Amino acid sequence: MQSLRLRIFVTLAVLVLGLAYMLPSIPSVKQSPLGTLLPEDTVSLGLDLKGGIHLTLGVDMDTAMHNNLSRLGDDLRATARDEDIFVLRPNVLSSSRLEVVLIKSEQKSDFDSVIEKYSPFTIEEARNMGDGKVRYLLSVSPQYRDELTRLTMDQAIKTIRNRIDQFGVAEPDIRRQQDNRIQVQLPGLQDPERAINIVGQTAHLEFKMVDDSADIEKALVGVLAPGRELSTLITTHPGGGQSESPIVLRRDAVLTGEYITDARVQLDQWNKPYVAISFNTRGGTIFANLTGENVNKRMAIVLDGKVHSAPVIQERISGGKASITGNFTNEEARDLAVVLRAGSLPAPVVIMEQRTVGPSLGQESIDKGITAALVGMALVLAFMIIYYGFAGLVADIVLCLNIMLIMSGLALFGATLTLPGIAGIILTIGMAVDANVIIFERIREEMRRGLTVRAAIAEGYERATLTILDANVTTVIAAIILYQFGTGPVRGFAVTLTLGILSSMFTAIFVSRIFFDLYTKSRSESAKLSI
Amino acid sequence: MGLQIIKPDTRIDFIGFRKIAFILSAVLVLAGLGSLLAKGGPQYGIDFAGGMIVQIKVQEDIELSQLKGALEQTELPGLVVQTLGMADDHEYLIRTSSSDIPSQQVRTMLADALAGPLGEGGYQIQRLEMVGPKVGADLRAHALEALFYAVLIIAVYISGRFEQRWTAAAIMAAALGGSIYGIGLFGVDMGWLIVMAMLITVALCWYLKLNYALGAVVALIHDVTITVGVFSILGKEFDLTIIAALLTIIGYSLNDTIIVFDRIRENTRAQQDPRRFRSIINESINQTLSRTLMTSLTTLMVVACLFVLGGSVIHDFALALLIGIGVGTYSSIFVASPILLGFGPSIVAEGEGQA
Repeated sequence: MQSLRLRIFVTLAVLVLGLAYMLPSIPSVKQSPLGTLLPEDTVSLGLDLKGGIHLTLGVDMDTAMHNNLSRLGDDLRATARDEDIFVLRPNVLSSSRLEVVLIKSEQKSDFDSVIEKYSPFTIEEARNMGDGKVRYLLSVSPQYRDELTRLTMDQAIKTIRNRIDQFGVAEPDIRRQQDNRIQVQLPGLQDPERAINIVGQTAHLEFKMVDDSADIEKALVGVLAPGRELSTLITTHPGGGQSESPIVLRRDAVLTGEYITDARVQLDQWNKPYVAISFNTRGGTIFANLTGENVNKRMAIVLDGKVHSAPVIQERISGGKASITGNFTNEEARDLAVVLRAGSLPAPVVIMEQRTVGPSLGQESIDKGITAALVGMALVLAFMIIYYGFAGLVADIVLCLNIMLIMSGLALFGATLTLPGIAGIILTIGMAVDANVIIFERIREEMRRGLTVRAAIAEGYERATLTILDANVTTVIAAIILYQFGTGPVRGFAVTLTLGILSSMFTAIFVSRIFFDLYTKSRSESAKLSI
Repeated sequence: MGLQIIKPDTRIDFIGFRKIAFILSAVLVLAGLGSLLAKGGPQYGIDFAGGMIVQIKVQEDIELSQLKGALEQTELPGLVVQTLGMADDHEYLIRTSSSDIPSQQVRTMLADALAGPLGEGGYQIQRLEMVGPKVGADLRAHALEALFYAVLIIAVYISGRFEQRWTAAAIMAAALGGSIYGIGLFGVDMGWLIVMAMLITVALCWYLKLNYALGAVVALIHDVTITVGVFSILGKEFDLTIIAALLTIIGYSLNDTIIVFDRIRENTRAQQDPRRFRSIINESINQTLSRTLMTSLTTLMVVACLFVLGGSVIHDFALALLIGIGVGTYSSIFVASPILLGFGPSIVAEGEGQA
């Protein structure tokens, strides 16, 4: 009986380990002195159980690419001008092509070398237009695009993480997914609108000069002087309503948000909040010169294409400080400061998926799930004892061990328990007894054939084991595929199902045998077995 | 000995019932398919179709029609309002289909509409889910792929494991993969692709005489089709958790089938006479009958608890499992094994066995 002793030892070891990993997940144990001795890992609850927000954001890579090309074009134009080569303002044709027109065809070879030396562009086509101009079609390589995509995604994730960190959410989870998507999970957060606002705002801040000489009526029908653009000025009324009015701006931004070092909420003399921003040295110098040159003109503060205010510059502003006013509420101002501080997103994001679960529903789901599990388990336990007697009791003991192992397995692997996961455990309770049922039925059969109890048990276990393995492999295959293709909660279900099958095989085949061996060891050959 | 539901000397002629069983199965499958066709395919939930659902809990009793009336004023596309869970939960589900309106705005519109009959704070938003159309399409493709691979890998596993014909199984996998890839090039919708894949799998199993796999795969398609059909008849929607339920049903149905098959194989080995195949199958089903019923019973017991006590979110998931496990038990007895008989015992044994 050496092997029996060894098996008992293995079982006890697993039992102790299992307990050690399961107990910390029970809050009252975690806080007791015992908790300090136990492992740190606990079963973490999914968003559907603890409540929170799940967002899938799609990064608009076309716009990012477009912006990038237009910036590269401007750089190229400026570089060329330094060498006295003049080109018209470049025109972005698609997300990978740029059109540039060279004014004097004599300078073609000079311009070619400028392109080659200073830009990632390759010349696709350079056609003489007849009037002495040359039209260039430039494109960037796929490698450049890939690299830009990677950088854009990394920067977007970093920016979102910064914003959420300042927002103060415990345990946020932000990760890149395929197809330029970002998954954001914010457990326990209750106000989805605010979170979406913070996460999704591009926060592209620009300062542009207002063209007060332009004719608004003409601008509204699309007649604009070169280098001008039509925008919308948002005015908040003291009563709380908002109105929008058209305003004509010079298209080139005189200063952008990239020079911002800090942004904070402050109160003005009427206790109205505004956002005070500080520039770094370079930004401060630009801002000082800019305001000095444009006294008595209006400067628009543009956030994500909307003009928040367009104050008249009274005097030169040095010291690198500016403020954004706009009749904000305290909360709006605070959120704006957060996004400005964390930097702008490199490209606009769209919310492709949003799932919010209120904490009360989460708690209710846990309660109902546990009730269902307990009632279901009680029914199964009672049924097994009534049907199989002593053997049923053995099946019940190993079933309890099984549930404990699933819980500790979840904690050990750092898996997340979700609502479908609870369902998985409940289903496992039903299916876990299957292995024992197969074995018991087999033992009954062998006993009917006239075998002694000990022989019947040995035969039953041996014959049933292969069947159980075969039957369970298919379920594991289904579970693995679920894990592979599933998202969030479905994965949780797959994990618990797999853990349940593995631990039920261990408990039903390996552990339950120990009880039978102990039982037969102390009895004579002819003893009866309650099965 | 403990209790016994099935007496050890039970000799029910299950194979004798096969005609009745086939008619019953055909009626169930056709009813389901008919309902699917009539409704123009499965009714996808927002996970797959895109759109928004809002689950609210109301403090006081309110007529569903009153709620509907108030919400109809929003004129949101595809608006559906329904009660959720048990009657005294006071829970309602509001659903809209995918639209260009941003989710924040939909939220405000719903809040305005609800403020009418319920008053400010007369309700609580418990869950809000929005899935964009693009994500929905992706999730749908993933879910179908999951079902497809599950069936394929399982068919290969059974052929290899039961008939020791790993080569034939590999040929089947390759042929299936190749033909699906070929059909896929024509840009066929993923749903039809799956239907074709299933048909090709059945045809290949039949052609390669992989009879065990054939029986198992037919039983599994039978179970999934009936579950999907019943869901369609009941007007329930398909979402990710229902796919999880379907995959579980696949696992369970196979589990059940394999245990019967395992016994048939064991008994065939002892009894080499092919003329006795029919009685071997009958014997095997009878021998495993008490196990089949016991396990179904315990599993159904807990799933029923889940259905009644598990709360609104898990309700449909439990319903799918209830139907699927019931049908799965029936199919392993009345569908899978008779198919095995119809095509004769596999001529495996030693000769071709290791091929």
